[in-house]
Amino acid sequence: MAIVPNPHKTTGIMGWIDDRFPATKLWKDHLTEYYAPKNFNFWYYFGSLALLVLVNQLITGIWLAMHYKPDAKLAFDSVEYIMRDVPWGNILRYMHSTGASAFFLVVYLHMFRGLLYGSHKKPRELIWIFGCLIYLVLMAEGFCGYVLPWGQMSYWGANVIFNLFGTIPFIGPDLVIWIQGDYIPSDATLSRLFSLHVVFLPFALVGLVVAHLIALHEVGSNNPDGVDIKKFKDPVTHIPLDGIGFHPYYTVKDIVGVCVFLILFVAVICFAPDGGGYLLEKPNFQEANPLVTPEHIAPAWYFGAFYAMLRATPSMFSSALPGVIVMFGAVLILFLLPWLDKNPVKSIRYKGTLTKVTTMVFAADFVMLNYVGLQPPTALFTLLSQIGTIYYFAYFIGLMFFHKFEKSKPVPERVTS
Amino acid sequence: MSTQSVANATGSGVDPGRRRFLTLATSGVGAVGVGFVAWPFLASLKPSERAKALGAPVTQDISLLEPGQKLNVAWRGKPVWIVKRTPEMIASLAQVKGELADPENEQPQQPDYIKGDARAIKPEILVMIGSCTHLGCSPTFRPDHPAPEIAANWQGGFYCPCHGSKFDLSGRVYKNVPAPINLKVPPYRFANDTTIVIGEDPVAA
Repeated sequence: MAIVPNPHKTTGIMGWIDDRFPATKLWKDHLTEYYAPKNFNFWYYFGSLALLVLVNQLITGIWLAMHYKPDAKLAFDSVEYIMRDVPWGNILRYMHSTGASAFFLVVYLHMFRGLLYGSHKKPRELIWIFGCLIYLVLMAEGFCGYVLPWGQMSYWGANVIFNLFGTIPFIGPDLVIWIQGDYIPSDATLSRLFSLHVVFLPFALVGLVVAHLIALHEVGSNNPDGVDIKKFKDPVTHIPLDGIGFHPYYTVKDIVGVCVFLILFVAVICFAPDGGGYLLEKPNFQEANPLVTPEHIAPAWYFGAFYAMLRATPSMFSSALPGVIVMFGAVLILFLLPWLDKNPVKSIRYKGTLTKVTTMVFAADFVMLNYVGLQPPTALFTLLSQIGTIYYFAYFIGLMFFHKFEKSKPVPERVTS
Repeated sequence: MSTQSVANATGSGVDPGRRRFLTLATSGVGAVGVGFVAWPFLASLKPSERAKALGAPVTQDISLLEPGQKLNVAWRGKPVWIVKRTPEMIASLAQVKGELADPENEQPQQPDYIKGDARAIKPEILVMIGSCTHLGCSPTFRPDHPAPEIAANWQGGFYCPCHGSKFDLSGRVYKNVPAPINLKVPPYRFANDTTIVIGEDPVAA
């Protein structure tokens, strides 16, 4: 279909612009005339909050890069310089470090919302896939950023992650040296992680977010009832009867969520910026030392679950590869969710007891794995992480069958609340 | 609008076979070009000449090392341990054999000239890369025993604080721990009785 300039026939200054750039069309298509279901609940705050945190990370990141030095000899001191000497530098850094944790928190809740209401199911599979890619890039971004202060935890965390690639048969050891650009994590490694953290990964992240939203606006938003609002439209205006314009209705609703979120966010920045050692870990207040490993290496809290799975898997055939496969498999299986979930019902509201219970246990399991991943590897925690890992994968496989062993409730024609 | 695009729009005067051939040919040449231009980008990530020079062999004097002591040397940025083992420590190596995953050094974690329980050129001098074979943490030297919090029958060895892997005083890994194989012995030679060169094999006799 050919592009028609200024379809809304605006005049005056806007008309001049709309004849040349689709400003009014974009505004209407994506905000005022993007009709979202009217029954969005609490769970629908986290998409817009993720966008808010992304903007926070981009802006604070630009400012931090003005003072930070990506050099193994200077990096640690430059972070301390930001904390002590740069006016308001500590606030900028805490906004960025707390923002990283907040990003994962809202993204985890956003993903769980999708799982609850079947937002990954047809026709929204690509929205889910783009979301998984965003999560993958976010993990890479989080890892690179974690290394930049070049503290003990940065260094040894990086060492563990790079050595994951060393478990690949035959090419592993050479691959690690190639990735690091040295025999150990060093200045070459720090510099390339900085480049990825501030140039490539943010570009990829923003691009994927745009793709995520374009795909969303193409098919329309799902809702807590999992019903298609486009089935019942006003015969004259063709607006879905259960739809309301994203702006002003949901922009205003989301501002309420933003206010609550910012109260909590600022409270953490001001009163508990290191989050009791979970947001900024204590060993990272010591400079990196390749000859001394900290007593206990814990990943950032948002990687705890995957780290727990890595440790839960015993080595086989004299190789640590199985644990690495399990860990990456735990992320990659998310991509398959739209096809693993064979339940014809979208929303958890109308699914049977078995799905409801297993989904709640899955959420608890993920939280438990995150906790266990941060603890020292005692016998009890190893056992818990092994049980948790098996359940994690069993849940995804179970999604193919749960609906055969339960009675679903009738799904309404239109949204209920 | 040129006459050519008018012809395209109407579909007349276009030879689809020729268009397809030209598209494929230019794409093919372009792909080869991308392949060539990718090389400097990928190769630039390898260790630089400076990094390689810093990976050269290291010479260490051990004349002041007392029995039971451990010395850390950096080679290629990795910690290399030199431990002067007491006769009691050497005796412990045979006692723990039953609990080890690879007591006979079958995995290639040492140069060919390193053999036996001692895994050393001279049994009293242990030279080893202090980097856990699980995920690269540096294990702690725990010659003290008994140490029931590590193992019931602990005879001294190395304990990894990261994920709980255990090794005997020759760096051989215990069964059922995260680390899959023994600690690595680097190539080394004795320049004289009290000087070790780490990173070079012995001169063939």
